[in-house]
Amino acid sequence: MSNAIRATGLVKRYGSVTALDGVDLTVREGSVLGLLGPNGAGKTTVVRILTTLLRPDAGEAEVAGLDVFADPRGVRRRLGLSGQYAAVDEYLTGFENLDMIGRLYHLGRRRARERARELLAQFDLVDAGDRPAKTYSGGMRRRLDLAGALVASPPVLFLDEPTTGLDPRSRTDMWAVIQKLVAGGTTLLLTTQYLEEADVLADDIVVIDHGRVIARGTADQLKAQVGGERLEVTVADAAQLAEVSRLLAPLGVGAPVLDEHRRSMAMPVSGGVELLRGALDRIVDAGVKVDDAGLRRPTLDDVFLTLTGETTEEDVA
Amino acid sequence: MSALDVVVDSAVVAKRNLIKIKRVPDLLVATTLSPIMFVLLFAYVFGGAIDPTGGGAAYREFLIAGIFAQTVVFGAVITGAGLAEDVRKGIIDRFRSLPMAPSAVLTGRTLSDVVNNVLVLIVMSLTGLLVGWRINTSFLEALWGYLLLLIFAYAISWVLAFIGLLVPSPEVVNNASFIVIFPLTFVANTFVPLDTLPGPLRVFAEWNPVSSVTEAARNLFGNPDPDPNAVEPTVWSLAHPELYTLIWAAAVLVVFVPLANMQYRRAASR
Repeated sequence: MSNAIRATGLVKRYGSVTALDGVDLTVREGSVLGLLGPNGAGKTTVVRILTTLLRPDAGEAEVAGLDVFADPRGVRRRLGLSGQYAAVDEYLTGFENLDMIGRLYHLGRRRARERARELLAQFDLVDAGDRPAKTYSGGMRRRLDLAGALVASPPVLFLDEPTTGLDPRSRTDMWAVIQKLVAGGTTLLLTTQYLEEADVLADDIVVIDHGRVIARGTADQLKAQVGGERLEVTVADAAQLAEVSRLLAPLGVGAPVLDEHRRSMAMPVSGGVELLRGALDRIVDAGVKVDDAGLRRPTLDDVFLTLTGETTEEDVA
Repeated sequence: MSALDVVVDSAVVAKRNLIKIKRVPDLLVATTLSPIMFVLLFAYVFGGAIDPTGGGAAYREFLIAGIFAQTVVFGAVITGAGLAEDVRKGIIDRFRSLPMAPSAVLTGRTLSDVVNNVLVLIVMSLTGLLVGWRINTSFLEALWGYLLLLIFAYAISWVLAFIGLLVPSPEVVNNASFIVIFPLTFVANTFVPLDTLPGPLRVFAEWNPVSSVTEAARNLFGNPDPDPNAVEPTVWSLAHPELYTLIWAAAVLVVFVPLANMQYRRAASR
């Protein structure tokens, strides 16, 4: 299967600041790549370069088989972009926004209108379609913006932090919309700072920090890098944490980490449910009141914190 | 890129901006409210002092063309602030990611702002008629007067387009342009006859294109100087106000159309 997006050695400097320091990435046709990183990691810069908005200082890039820098107009015909802020004209109605974009893709007057109505239906905006976008909720604006990126049914789609600023409900709605889209065969490059989002949506993940790729792989591969499961115990009385830690330390494969504030202890373990039962027996027998206990698989948050070397709250405590 | 694409795309972008004028009439009210205020303040507060014998009637006739010039120049701020707002909201990014003619965003914007200026000039003309201003010439001369004002404003809107794409926010456009536009429209013959100004200020005002467009409009509307003993200006810029205004407009366009388009290609959302 060929690659719908291919970037090699992207470098972008702003004065003495290096925003991108040699980023390579490929996205297979029909797959979803999650570009993951904290604020300022360079995610948006990558998107801006691949969508022809910004020229890098070095590097090569191809989108949908076309050279991004040699044929930007050709590339623009084949991509859809939904930027970090919903680029919706709030004085226009939803319909007018989409109709305008269709005209600017040169779909023709009639086709632009048809397409606008289709997309309003697809994104559950029919009722709001003839109201100025000013009256839309954050989630509706995002959906309209995403619809705008799809006007020309582009084979390659770029979504820059599509759910930033949305409430949890709108976020899951948005995920469902995106999942439906990629099921239709669209290639998607998605940036996000939410690890859960990359976990849910992306086939492959590239983690960048300070303009460099620091890890790549599937979500499972990345989680495996951090290691196996963790035992977490939350007690009713923080004063008993030290005792819990002393009782359980022999069961762990690593040192326990305490968090006084959350009255909890976490520790890498191996041994599954049997181990969890043994651990609970030990502390309950010792008269400790347990609020919560469980085994947790590492989340992408753990992956990220491990990779970027930033200390977690637990480590500080 | 065909020329037809540029025309069609510009029309699409212009339509978008015109819808905004329709949906937010407050914007038109806001742009006309302060010039109406100026008409009333200048006409009735200063009018008597400048034109003591006529009770201000002649001054009101003189004033209106100056107000027109000031209003359309301030109208260009809408171009700049609108573009800065579009940059901030990511709308310029969206446009730049589309396979449209890149020049169409600015062409469409500046053209729709001409329509805005036409509306503003209509409101201001009605205000003028109410306070006693009259067109004392032929229809064609008056039309040419309005056209000159619009051409001049069009050129200035490209300057503001460049600034709007350059600065970080619409607020900065507003503040920056007030610092420039207030002196530019006041150190001119807009509100007072030039012979009242002291030396260096007077030279500046004589060569200020706001003066020439005002002078041209006054001539074409047939509005005389309130001082019956005033002599015709001899400085070249004001003796040939129409030509001087057109030269200015052309020079501004030659410089700022390419500059603004270059800045458009570099503009990034913030």
